[in-house]
Amino acid sequence: MRYLPLTETDRSEMLGVIGAKSVDELFRDVPERARLAGLVDLPRRQGEMEVDRALSKMAARNVSAGSVPFFVGAGAYRHHVPASVDHLIQRSEFLTSYTPYQPEITQGTLQYLFEFQTQVAMITGMDVANASMYDGSTGCGEAVLMAHRVTKRKKAVLSGTLHPQYAEVVKNLSDFADYELDVMPPALPGRPEDIAAHIADDTSCVVVQSPGFFGELVDLRPIAEAAHAKGALLIAVVPEIVSLGAVTPPGDMGADIVVGEGQSIGNGLNFGGPYVGLFATRQKFVRQMPGRLCGETVDADGKRGFVLTLSTREQHIRREKATSNICTNSGLCCLAFTIHMSLLGEEGYKRLARINHAAAVDLAERLSKVPGVEILNRAFFNEFTMRLPGSAADVVDALADKGVLGGVPVSRLLPGAGFDDLLIVASTEVNTDADRAAFAAALVEVL
Amino acid sequence: MSGMNKQGRPTSIAVGGSAARETFTGNRALQLEEALVFELDNPGACGVDLDEPTPFTARLGGFERQGRIGLPSVSEPEIVRHYVRLSAKNYSIDAGLYPLGSCTMKHNPRLNEKMARLPGIGDIHPLQPMKTVQGALELMDTLAHWLKELTGMPAVALSPKAGAHGELCGMMAIRAALIARGEDEARSRVLVPESAHGTNPATAALLGYKVESIPVTTEGRVDLAAFKATLGPDVAAIMLTNPNTCGLFERDIIDIADAVHEAGAYFYCDGANFNAIVGRVRPGDLGIDAMHINLHKTFSTPHGGGGPGAGPVVFSAALAPFAPRPYVVHGADGFRLVETAEDAKADGTTPFGRMTAFHGQMGMFVRALAYMMSHGSDGLRQVAEDAVLNANYVLASLKDDLSAPFEGPCMHEALFDDRFLKGTGVETLDFAKAMIDEGYHPMTMYFPLVVHGALLIEPTETESKQAVDLFIATLKDLARAAKSNDKERFTGAPYLSPRRRLDETAAARSPVLRWAPPAPKQAAE
Amino acid sequence: MSDIRFTDQHEWVRVDGDIATIGITDYAQEQLGDVVYVELPEIGKTIEAGDEAAVVESVKAASEVYTPVSGEVIDVNSDIEATPAGVNEDAMGDGWFVKLRMSDPAEFEKLMDENAYKEFVEGLH
Repeated sequence: MRYLPLTETDRSEMLGVIGAKSVDELFRDVPERARLAGLVDLPRRQGEMEVDRALSKMAARNVSAGSVPFFVGAGAYRHHVPASVDHLIQRSEFLTSYTPYQPEITQGTLQYLFEFQTQVAMITGMDVANASMYDGSTGCGEAVLMAHRVTKRKKAVLSGTLHPQYAEVVKNLSDFADYELDVMPPALPGRPEDIAAHIADDTSCVVVQSPGFFGELVDLRPIAEAAHAKGALLIAVVPEIVSLGAVTPPGDMGADIVVGEGQSIGNGLNFGGPYVGLFATRQKFVRQMPGRLCGETVDADGKRGFVLTLSTREQHIRREKATSNICTNSGLCCLAFTIHMSLLGEEGYKRLARINHAAAVDLAERLSKVPGVEILNRAFFNEFTMRLPGSAADVVDALADKGVLGGVPVSRLLPGAGFDDLLIVASTEVNTDADRAAFAAALVEVL
Repeated sequence: MSGMNKQGRPTSIAVGGSAARETFTGNRALQLEEALVFELDNPGACGVDLDEPTPFTARLGGFERQGRIGLPSVSEPEIVRHYVRLSAKNYSIDAGLYPLGSCTMKHNPRLNEKMARLPGIGDIHPLQPMKTVQGALELMDTLAHWLKELTGMPAVALSPKAGAHGELCGMMAIRAALIARGEDEARSRVLVPESAHGTNPATAALLGYKVESIPVTTEGRVDLAAFKATLGPDVAAIMLTNPNTCGLFERDIIDIADAVHEAGAYFYCDGANFNAIVGRVRPGDLGIDAMHINLHKTFSTPHGGGGPGAGPVVFSAALAPFAPRPYVVHGADGFRLVETAEDAKADGTTPFGRMTAFHGQMGMFVRALAYMMSHGSDGLRQVAEDAVLNANYVLASLKDDLSAPFEGPCMHEALFDDRFLKGTGVETLDFAKAMIDEGYHPMTMYFPLVVHGALLIEPTETESKQAVDLFIATLKDLARAAKSNDKERFTGAPYLSPRRRLDETAAARSPVLRWAPPAPKQAAE
Repeated sequence: MSDIRFTDQHEWVRVDGDIATIGITDYAQEQLGDVVYVELPEIGKTIEAGDEAAVVESVKAASEVYTPVSGEVIDVNSDIEATPAGVNEDAMGDGWFVKLRMSDPAEFEKLMDENAYKEFVEGLH
């Protein structure tokens, strides 16, 4: 087997040193009836060519986003990732390194984590950020637990702007951890929610997403004010992180914790994962934060260096008293984010955001001219919701047959809720004028 | 006269000079100092070419961002050089043996990387119409099949994003089952051996359970008598790692499982050490109800400097009905995801909820599956055998130079304690740091907690005998040096790495967690 | 000194009238190593003997400080909050954690005296 270097000669020499007659002897602590005599019922080993062929065949059965006009969003977005990003993250020293617990020989990882934390804090308008969470949805769950710890309260209010699967992740965690939730109904654009009415003296936090699940931008300032008046925190969720190149960051609107999905920067769609959760907060809450943190210090020779720090919050030291059971971050996806963001820089990031917004505005204009289509949004970034004359799922299906991936029917995530005619569409810098024209034309045909 | 050299170029190497010679730049040949990317800021430069959109009327509703963000402006060649230089400061499995116990740092085949980057895998959206992603769903279904066969368990949840997330998923399924049995209130305790990973108690506590520690015997295994005495009708579950964190197989595991089930509780197994038994022992045959599998350990998806991982959870028949959404089913019209509560209801199942948005770590699924298919049933069995053989070879070769707290044979990792350092003035940490100067990443230290000054070595199956022999010889040299009063080799180590020991106290006392621009200089007076 | 007592969790209590001052022992600070962070209770809070009164952290460990006597928190040492090194420098003096107004002075009498604690620590080696 090509990945296994030991030869039969090696094995028998080693058994000799150990003083065992056979490898079976090394497994003698396994209860006899649990030892498998033969092989499990699975195919035998295969060469690289055969594996490549089999998996490529599976891959070929999928319609890749880059092969068609593509407008699917709702929490994951297709953007152009510069070629150098993927090249750099595949360097052995990044790809095949472990968590940087030995800082003397992992300064590469630690320094990019420090750069990542800085970038995330900057774009969200917050004081500090951690070294990432698994993804936006799990980060959102962790943010609610953190708010409970900070406020010593147990009840969170989830706005109807929140992605339904994010809300489900929070609900799952809250149910099992015995916390309370006030889940508001889905907030369609043009019908502002009265969140303040839901904030009570026992509310620990309010979770609001902007751009919202339906694409609408939300004014966080009055919500922050209402939350703070009752001693609650505002958690702002940003699933499309490119938006912060164009839109006022949550930190400037009073958010106490900002959770983001960083996939859009540096990371591909990957059918849903791995992604990278962004998590930022105010300086005063640092010790209540979950996840890894990298900090600056000096070495024995006085040179600047970086280490994982404030580890006493974490499970490997605190065990059952840890701030979270989390034990990993999304290292390589952070690196991809950091490199892409560094390539973009101040001007590139802002321009990318403007291009996205322009692409969505153009698409909205084209689609609003299709008979029977109504765009619901007033203020949006690169994604909006439209009402169709019939089932959005059927329309998406028919569009797919015409070679256009035309968005996410709301009913896929919220079935049976009376939203069958709603379609969420996103347009990013990867869409050309021709793509948008093709979408509009195909929509006319299928309606 | 021979050897005339009119260019004045010396032909022999000068003798003398210090390795610690100071340079003007601070660089040391291939070891290059590198600033933070923010300090490379050169306004006007940019690493991408993006055209300004044609003028349009914005629809941001008055939420336009104002002011500078503070991101640096740097060109592509400078960015490439910056991150290449940073990479050179890292140790990696590709560069050398990485004996971190409990972490399974094995070779990461590049075929797996190639497969993950196929456009039909890497460039598909989780919410595309299902008829456009049939191959992806087939891949998930195939992976699920392999995991179920290898563990002998009937169900699997693929979505958990890492080992600890898998633990959470497994324990949620257990609690959901207890709720369904009407015994949630009555069962409030979770038993965890004192040798467990920190995530186990943290996970149980997150779900509101009272965590109780079970003692370990002098043989490094769960104290069966003490364990049975702790069991009762108020116990929800036991969380056990097997092979355990001392690198030993829990001989009494079937008795433990029987006792757990007799008491009406469930058996959660931390599958971090599955590499030792893959293809040779199926957890389902041991009486386990739920176990997470770290795809980044046993199935070799790259650790990536701390993630992303993936932690699918396999379930026994008792817990299978509670496995979370989403999951893949196969029907008349192909593969389909059961995503929402409504879907599940129609499918007749009772999942406890959802662990994450979308469907899990697809990028890790494809890598793990490529790894499994490459090995096959025969190769995977060989993986466990070679991993165990390498670890026992290390244990046998070093037990007289270091000190081993428990009798062998061990499984995939060899545990030592710090008795061999007694009286030397060298501690486990110093010993490990001296390994860095010798070109090795240290082993896991001070874990498990049940052994004083623990050194936990996991060579994995992808190390050759030559590589393991060199490693053993190095540790013997170091042990000899420690015992012969060569204390400074250790207490000041590492001397030769890109950075020497870092001041963690200073970092924690006044945390600096982000870069800030230097304060503007006062105008000259 | 008869007004100081100790616990087997390495806390000390010094009593002056009905006011108890609580800290961690010199042995404890040595075992912890460099203290990097101290978390103190709110003034006015009432705590029972055995409750967690504070948390003390080094780089590699976090320990709860339990109060051996019950009472109301009347003062906390904000100096060690700002400069945790103070715990290492003078654990038995300026590095104190909390002052309580005791509700049950009898609790104090049950604790180890200095000699008993000394013996206890020696027994740990």
